[in-house]
Amino acid sequence: MRDVHGRVAALVFALGLILAGATVAHAGPYEDALAKFTEGSLSDTGDGINGVAVSGNPLAERVLAALKDGRLMFSAEKKTVYIQAKNGKLFDAFTGKPFTGKPPDDIDNVIVNNRLRNVIDADLGALTLMSRNSNRRFDAAQAVFRSRDLSVLPNVEKALAEETDPRTKRALEQARAAILLYDAKSSAADKIAATAVIGDRGDQDSLGLLDGLPPDLPPAVHAAVAAARASIAHTLALWNGVQNAWYGLSLGSVLLLAAIGLAITFGVMGVINMAHGEMVMLGAYVTFVVQQAIRAYDPNLFDYSLAIALPLAFAVAGGVGIVIERTIIRFLYGRPLETLLATWGLSLILQQTVRTIFGPTNEDVGNPSWMSGAFDFGGITITYNRLWIVCFAFAVFLALLAILRYTRFGLEMRAVTQNRPMAASMGIRTGRVDALTFGLGSAIAGIAGVALSQIDNVSPNLGQGYIIDSFMVVVFGGVGNLWGTAVGALTLGIANKFLEPYAGAVLGKIAVLILIILFIQKRPRGMFALKGRTVEA
Amino acid sequence: MTRHLLIRSLDRGAVTFVIVVAALAIIVPVLNLATPASSALHLPTYLVALFGKYACYALLALSIDLIWGYCGILSLGHGAFFALGGYAMGMYLMRQIGTRGIYANPILPDFMVFLNWKALPVYWYGFQWFPYALLMIFVVPGALAFVFGWFAFRSRVSGVYLSIITQALTYALMLGFFRNNFGFGGNNGLTDFKDLLGFNVQAETTRNALFSISCLAVVLAFLLCRVVIASKFGKVLVAIRDAEARARFLGYRVESYKLFVFTLSACMAGLAGALYVPQVGIINPSEFAPGNSIEAVIWVAVGGRGTLVGAALGAVAVNYAKTFFTGGMLAPYWLFVLGGLFVVVTLLLPRGIVSTLRHWTALQRDGASAAAEDGVAEPLPAG
Repeated sequence: MRDVHGRVAALVFALGLILAGATVAHAGPYEDALAKFTEGSLSDTGDGINGVAVSGNPLAERVLAALKDGRLMFSAEKKTVYIQAKNGKLFDAFTGKPFTGKPPDDIDNVIVNNRLRNVIDADLGALTLMSRNSNRRFDAAQAVFRSRDLSVLPNVEKALAEETDPRTKRALEQARAAILLYDAKSSAADKIAATAVIGDRGDQDSLGLLDGLPPDLPPAVHAAVAAARASIAHTLALWNGVQNAWYGLSLGSVLLLAAIGLAITFGVMGVINMAHGEMVMLGAYVTFVVQQAIRAYDPNLFDYSLAIALPLAFAVAGGVGIVIERTIIRFLYGRPLETLLATWGLSLILQQTVRTIFGPTNEDVGNPSWMSGAFDFGGITITYNRLWIVCFAFAVFLALLAILRYTRFGLEMRAVTQNRPMAASMGIRTGRVDALTFGLGSAIAGIAGVALSQIDNVSPNLGQGYIIDSFMVVVFGGVGNLWGTAVGALTLGIANKFLEPYAGAVLGKIAVLILIILFIQKRPRGMFALKGRTVEA
Repeated sequence: MTRHLLIRSLDRGAVTFVIVVAALAIIVPVLNLATPASSALHLPTYLVALFGKYACYALLALSIDLIWGYCGILSLGHGAFFALGGYAMGMYLMRQIGTRGIYANPILPDFMVFLNWKALPVYWYGFQWFPYALLMIFVVPGALAFVFGWFAFRSRVSGVYLSIITQALTYALMLGFFRNNFGFGGNNGLTDFKDLLGFNVQAETTRNALFSISCLAVVLAFLLCRVVIASKFGKVLVAIRDAEARARFLGYRVESYKLFVFTLSACMAGLAGALYVPQVGIINPSEFAPGNSIEAVIWVAVGGRGTLVGAALGAVAVNYAKTFFTGGMLAPYWLFVLGGLFVVVTLLLPRGIVSTLRHWTALQRDGASAAAEDGVAEPLPAG
């Protein structure tokens, strides 16, 4: 492009000289460095970056951030540099004031390559090391740890001397250690001390850092590095185990939620409800409808959407369950295989109904703010939605236990399950208890759907994905036993997640299925089989 | 003895069924091949392929009726045996493609070349020979059924538990076959077949021949089932269905009886799958889907379990309805119809169409006592 202007080169040169002279007249180190960006060569740009970084000018951070995003513009003709804001507005990089007037014709981005981007990252890290916000200082220290640019060492030392926040101080020490370890000139004693600091950090990054060290280290350092690597590998394996356990717990709680309603209908009543998954799906769709209504009428309520959806899902799924029990299932008691077929047919009808109303695609169910995001716990990251679902699963489980144990309805339910004619002669209306029990199982599936809508795709096929797993959980845990269901769900969840790293997700699942099939051969009535006469009933 | 048994096993309905299916095996190809396309009697080739599919479904239904109707074993995973037979046939057909594939590799099927495999996996060896493939069509599903049944029946897993773990079995197989590194074409399965025993699978004559062979297979399987049921062995099966514990206390080794009939049924399902694959031109893991197996059970329930004829008719009727509905504007309503069938049949027609008809005609002929004549289908067992 500049070649095109070759004809007026002389004029441009003269003009440029005047302008440059004008700026140079009251130039400091910052302005000098900034001028380098107008040269258009990568090596000059590199000098410019370092110059800006060490200038101490308050604009430096903005300039470098803009440069990193390709938002730093220059004009070779006028020797001016502009920061383009994200909305496209131009600011003069020398003064930081908004640029008014017509931008020069030859305005162009300052070009950087990957090497320079690394330099920018390191410099930005160094600049923000002195930021007032301790989180930003911490992030900057982490950035330096990863880039381990020798030129930032003075900034790190300076920041370290002033730092008061213990977390940031530790991060700074680690950053310093990383730099020293890679500095060919630092002493062996420094390096050994640095290795110890990095070994204490003990995450994947520090292992990568130690792995990347050049091979020609002094023997003492080499030994220290080997020891640190072993200790990091140990820590990582430990956290890996914790992570698998957490994932397993999380999967187990999802299974528990999906299966716990089935534990009532199948486990307690002996009804094979293949439409159970569809009750879960109904609950998820109730959540969707509630969220749509909130979006349409009062978006401020969005954080309460799940709290509103819970009772509604309970009522809708429970109501559908009672209708199903009264119209179909009560005619099929004692004929489990026929029940299985009829409820399978029902599941097809329910799926197709939802598909007809809402369409076959995934619906957009959002996470309320208190369920989005994540936090670090030691070496693992825990997302809030998973955490809430684990808590919710156990809350539902305990509530159900309490209902069965302490309420009149629970008492009647247990009585009807254990001895129907006797319960009937005691004046219990068994038909009503059957309907309510089935309704309760379905309602719990419905509120499980509210929770699962937060982590799964809400589509008409949602329920199908859970039905086989849920039956596996109930059969594995032992029919007619809520505790068995809980233990079964958690065991399967954790077994699944611990098998996954070795066998892959799909093979792990297959392995679990085969293990269950074998387990049922061994204990046909599940882990916690009911003993006594009820077994043969 | 065998001849005597065969004659004893045939009542009037069975004879009619055999004659009708055999007649179809001849009439359909004649209507397709020997009549000009303009003739009113002409049967388009796509219908021949469709009827061939129905025949395979009827065979699958027979295999399910044999164990469910006569031994009380409700398998919700019979689609797995069907699909395994289909895969065995598919592997033979894949090897027959040879250098006509996209990558023109004489040994490796296209998907293996695509996955950058260098050698044929061991379990693919031998599938270029038809007799070996034919053997595998029976052996693979049979062996799986034998091993599975060995574990299940010996530890007395029965009723609903058995149904659920058969469902888990087919689900696990589906997940496995979806994987590319299982060596069965992953998601896409096996397709793009060219030749079967040197005949082009797309050709009209081959399609007609496959249809006739499928009908023949239905007839043979039907006769085999009748013989099994009419024999003393079959009486024990029915005894196990009606009162398993009592049969055991009388000294019969219940698990051996169940294991034999389960394995036999799986072999029949495998044959059905093997005949199905060249006619539809593809086999993929979705055949393992638990829903397919359950759907096959409803064919039997609609037609009438424990009647064999009813199972075959039910398969054809339900699938005809499916073709009718899914082909046109009514497609969104098919699942309502199918789901409704499940509910209505179990609630209102627990005997299925054929048994109910027999029951009525028997009642009309000579009062209630005649209902006992059809002893095999009566009384309807619980579960």
